[in-house]
Amino acid sequence: MDSTTAEDMLMFVNAATTATGQREFHSSVGQQRLSLSFLHEYMLGNYRDLYRAALALDINDHNATIIVRRLLETAAEATPEQRRREGQLIARRLRLVAPQRVYDLFRQLRRARVNNRRTRGIIRDWIATRPDPAFDAVKYRGALKEALRHTHTVPPHDELGPFLFGQQAHYRTPILETWRRAHYEQAAIYELPYTVAEGFAAKHRIDRKLFLERIAPRMTRLERQRIQADITQMPLTRLASYVLSLPIAERRDRRAELTSALRAAAARARGQEKWGKVAAVLDDSYSTLGSIHKRRRPLAVALACHYLLEALADSYVPLWTSGRTDPLLAYPHGATPLGDRILDALESEPDRVLIVSDGWDNAPYGLAGEVLRVFRTNVDPERKVSVVHLNPVYDVDDFDVKRLTPSVPTVGVRDAEDLPALVEFARFTEGLTGLGQLTAHLDDRARRFLEDG
Amino acid sequence: MKLDLTGLTTRPAQVWGGVRLVPLVRDEPVTSLRLHAQIYGQEVGVVDVDPRTYYTSYIPHGFVATWTDDGTPAAAYGTEIMRTEAPPSHCMPLRFHRRMAKRTDKDRVRFLPMNLAIEGYLALHFGGPQVVWEQWSQRAISNGLSPREEEAYVGSEIRGLADALRIFEIHPGQCGMLIYVADALAAAFVVPHPDDYRALHATAIEDLYGELIYHYATLSMPVQQFRAQLSGSHVRTLADLRAAARAQTVAWREFHDSTMSAGLLAAHYDVRRVYKMGEFTLSRFLPTFQLKQENHIGELITDHRGQTAYLKTFRLSDAQSRRGYLLTQLANHDWHLPSTAADLGVTEAQLGLRMESAGFGSLLREDILAHYRSVSRERSPSNMDRRPKS
Repeated sequence: MDSTTAEDMLMFVNAATTATGQREFHSSVGQQRLSLSFLHEYMLGNYRDLYRAALALDINDHNATIIVRRLLETAAEATPEQRRREGQLIARRLRLVAPQRVYDLFRQLRRARVNNRRTRGIIRDWIATRPDPAFDAVKYRGALKEALRHTHTVPPHDELGPFLFGQQAHYRTPILETWRRAHYEQAAIYELPYTVAEGFAAKHRIDRKLFLERIAPRMTRLERQRIQADITQMPLTRLASYVLSLPIAERRDRRAELTSALRAAAARARGQEKWGKVAAVLDDSYSTLGSIHKRRRPLAVALACHYLLEALADSYVPLWTSGRTDPLLAYPHGATPLGDRILDALESEPDRVLIVSDGWDNAPYGLAGEVLRVFRTNVDPERKVSVVHLNPVYDVDDFDVKRLTPSVPTVGVRDAEDLPALVEFARFTEGLTGLGQLTAHLDDRARRFLEDG
Repeated sequence: MKLDLTGLTTRPAQVWGGVRLVPLVRDEPVTSLRLHAQIYGQEVGVVDVDPRTYYTSYIPHGFVATWTDDGTPAAAYGTEIMRTEAPPSHCMPLRFHRRMAKRTDKDRVRFLPMNLAIEGYLALHFGGPQVVWEQWSQRAISNGLSPREEEAYVGSEIRGLADALRIFEIHPGQCGMLIYVADALAAAFVVPHPDDYRALHATAIEDLYGELIYHYATLSMPVQQFRAQLSGSHVRTLADLRAAARAQTVAWREFHDSTMSAGLLAAHYDVRRVYKMGEFTLSRFLPTFQLKQENHIGELITDHRGQTAYLKTFRLSDAQSRRGYLLTQLANHDWHLPSTAADLGVTEAQLGLRMESAGFGSLLREDILAHYRSVSRERSPSNMDRRPKS
């Protein structure tokens, strides 16, 4: 009973880190969403406390908002003590989630007709902690209006009432006044946030190139990177995605520039850790193509892990499934001979072996798992070599990421920057003897999470 | 003769649903022959195979083979798309081709894959009875077997095949594939060069597949993956582990070559040459039409040693095998029904009815056929005639 619970929790953590409800290489949007929603219902119904505790971990925003929504929708099933703790964790977590997702969550709560006192309190408190309510009113006008209307909250700023729900001839707040003027004055558009200004530019039929040049100071960092990338400032995994989106010829021409940017990003992500001898098995088979919404995501994670491990390790042996030696020119092709590559990695006599792969071992099927199993039982029973499998893709049939074998811990990975923390978590799960340890660990994480806030 | 797939190694299969795809990898690609595709579109293709015979089918693409005589690498072209303006919507679009295999340049020949093989099957004894025995109808004497038609399903109709092909990860150096649906061999496809294979892998979705394959795909459950299993008993070091892993690969290869593909590779075929291209020969083959066995038709290009450079096969359904079997038996006995029947161990009437159920009823004279029917009814009265004796 205990070990099942612990397994379920780990399965959920992996799923919540990797699943985004988007199409993947092997499964469609419908399959991903169905599988994920079943998993959430299962966890909520059976392990409400652990489900709540996941909010304190490094899961992605998509799953965090789903957890919050389901906890609030089913508030009637919780005890008062549970509700109190949930409220604390939810409030803290929502402050870390991107604002557009939080507003979308409020919309979903409204559609689900969830309107108890606690929900209203959470929404009110979140809006109250927003640094600039007028800015939110302009950028997320519809969503803020719905949220205020749903919770019967007085707007935090006294001009927001007329702005959102009525009209006024003149506003004292600068950004609201700019928004009003942008309806008829073109110069005012360039002082509004990018997404709002885009709509007005279309209305005034401004030339796109001209518009983008002049709006550049108003874009958020991410928006600017989408239009024109600045590779010296990008985080590692995003930079790896960018590199993979360039054609091979361009990557070859800009080799020095891109490699130094990747190494710099890896050094920033490394922190103070230092590992000994590391061998990595990196998957660049055809299935790392991902899908149209997650283009080459698994390969980007593998590439980012490659550079991060190069920075972390004293001695590093990279082994790509396609046999390539030049990672900068990587592209998804070939089959997945994980078994053979793992043998190559083990033969280089490392201290650690890291496998970054979606687990669809097919040359031949199941060989990787068998090699690892026999290695653990017969060749290295004292566990001198530590092996961890990092998997960036959620598998719909397993309700988890695909595992190679029970004797090697598998963790879901979203960004390569989390690699040291994930490997630590993997080793913790390997030495796990019971549910008590896991619960203690989660309680500790939750406590630290709330204290940081 | 048998098919010779030397130079091609079997690699582990990839399974998706009920479809198992087994890759074939060449150690050394054949560089002096290259294939590329010409895409035609969705029009119905009409081919004049000889001055008096037309062949009509779904012909979405043709293959163009380029070769060199002296063993140097042949030129590789990409896929060509033959565009035509869109016809008015009330017309049925047709595209006319001259000959199944036609020379387009000094060292290039365009042939229509899959259709080359099927036409060979349809043309089997197409002339009909050579001797005017009394049982054959006027139509059989004057027109032979014309019109001779068969049905097949396009790959996109085969449930699960499109997904399996999309998800398949192509091995480096892969030059061929064997497609198994519900573990029945549906088709084999081999090309000379890995780059050609990459370009032509997706054309498998436009190929024709027999009725048997269609039914197996629709009705089958997902097939089991063959999982590698290592027994840890003799493993102490990494070298032992690697040897055990290698043994698994060898075991799969041997199992596949001896058991799964035996229906195709162990059978004997009647090979007819279609075109000679330098040191290569384009031919098509027919099986011996043994009932209760796999019967594959296909086309292939062999080099001077008889090794396969290009292969494409089609699996006949049971009905199609039966038709081929009957035609072959009749032809062996100069179209004399009584001696054919005696050789098969049935009466003439039974043979006549078998021909009718196979679809060749129009070859027999009406009155002869009616006689056969009444004779069989006499010998096996229907249950309606039997009344309980009171």
